[in-house]
Amino acid sequence: MSLWEYANPVKFLSLSERALPWLWGGAALCLVIGLGWGFFLTPDDFRQGSTVKIIYLHVPAAFLAINAWFMMLVASLIWIIRRHHVSALAARAAAPVGVVMTLIALVTGAIWGQPMWGTWWAWDPRLTSFLILFLFYLGYVALWEAIEDPDSAADLTSILCLVGTVFAVLSRYAVNFWNQGLHQGASLSLDKEENVADVFYQPLLVSIGGFVLLFLALVLYRTGTEIRVRRTRALIAREERASGLSPEVRDA
Amino acid sequence: MRALLIRDLRLALRAGGGFGLGLAFFLIVVVLVPFSVGPSSELLSRIAAGVLWLGALLACLLSLDRLLAVDWEDGALDLLATSPLPLEGVVAVKAVAHWITTGLPLVLAAPVLGVLLNLPGPGYGPLVISLALGTPALSMIGAFGAALTVGIKRGGLLLSLLVLPLYVPTLIFGAEVARRGAQGLDTSTPMLLLAGITCAVLALMPFAAAAVLRVNLR
Repeated sequence: MSLWEYANPVKFLSLSERALPWLWGGAALCLVIGLGWGFFLTPDDFRQGSTVKIIYLHVPAAFLAINAWFMMLVASLIWIIRRHHVSALAARAAAPVGVVMTLIALVTGAIWGQPMWGTWWAWDPRLTSFLILFLFYLGYVALWEAIEDPDSAADLTSILCLVGTVFAVLSRYAVNFWNQGLHQGASLSLDKEENVADVFYQPLLVSIGGFVLLFLALVLYRTGTEIRVRRTRALIAREERASGLSPEVRDA
Repeated sequence: MRALLIRDLRLALRAGGGFGLGLAFFLIVVVLVPFSVGPSSELLSRIAAGVLWLGALLACLLSLDRLLAVDWEDGALDLLATSPLPLEGVVAVKAVAHWITTGLPLVLAAPVLGVLLNLPGPGYGPLVISLALGTPALSMIGAFGAALTVGIKRGGLLLSLLVLPLYVPTLIFGAEVARRGAQGLDTSTPMLLLAGITCAVLALMPFAAAAVLRVNLR
């Protein structure tokens, strides 16, 4: 039993149908626990007051915004190397979710930044690189929408994803060089010294788990939709061929 | 390769507007800036380097959608793809031709326009060097974008959306060189990084662009 069996759309669909209720349920549970715990049961920060609580939306969204792109990169590589359609469709399905996550991170960041830094927006390296990531997402989604032939669209967007990754990383470090930041350092690195205090850390982990499950559920659901859309199109095309309506058949 | 380069240059010259259009656009952008931010020479001299870089970048972008589309429409691209020259070479030559017709005139015109914007004295050298180093990268990245959108009707706007984020690192380092130069600071670090980006783009981007073009020609 290898992982590649799930490249078969039928197997993929049956697995995702079995997994989806669990993912939706787990996401709902984790989000309710994580956000409820975070919003109502943690103390206010001694300096930031209650505004600190937006961290439970901001950090998970930012975390997923980056990792959704990473997932798209892996899926694109699988499509380029092994030509599994499910993989290309999964990358396509993940992109709009990534757009929304990036947007949530940017907006909650602005709402958080207003009382804390006294400004909605600053050209800080982290903020700027997120904005650039958002533009990359938009370009990727727009390219998918613009191309009609599904296979060339998958090819072109995969290559764009690879090239875009290189440039996104490059931009990340270029903006570091370009301006100094207001944003604090990593709040989630594996190094324990750098992390936020445990009171905030534990509910944060739960809500990140909830966001991850939600992301997985959305991506599986949307990939299933894409597979069905493509199947429907194939059926319609076959029907047209059979009834001799399509121009190629008539001309032949 | 040389024949293709000469052909592209000749086409750009004879079709008219190849050299002129980008330059005129650059000039207009530079002229419009004082209208939009006010004529104070102190302010202008502070933003001059950045405005010139931005203008050059936009002028470069303007002509990208014709970079491959003309050859795509009349079928010359299919012939080039079947020629013994590898497609990577074709794309690289196209980018070089684009640079000679668009980037090079911009580099040469930039100091003249710098006078209009009251660019401080020590800034001219770094500005020209940074543009000369950076615009080849802009042309090459643009060739990738053009290859990506060549099959799409009215892909011009999409092309800008795809290409502009890719321009960010080049713009950051290029404008940084020009800005530091204008303030009389040391420019060697961003200059080296800019040169590194250009070298990497010139070396690797033809492969990506050719891969994309093969998909589109399929």
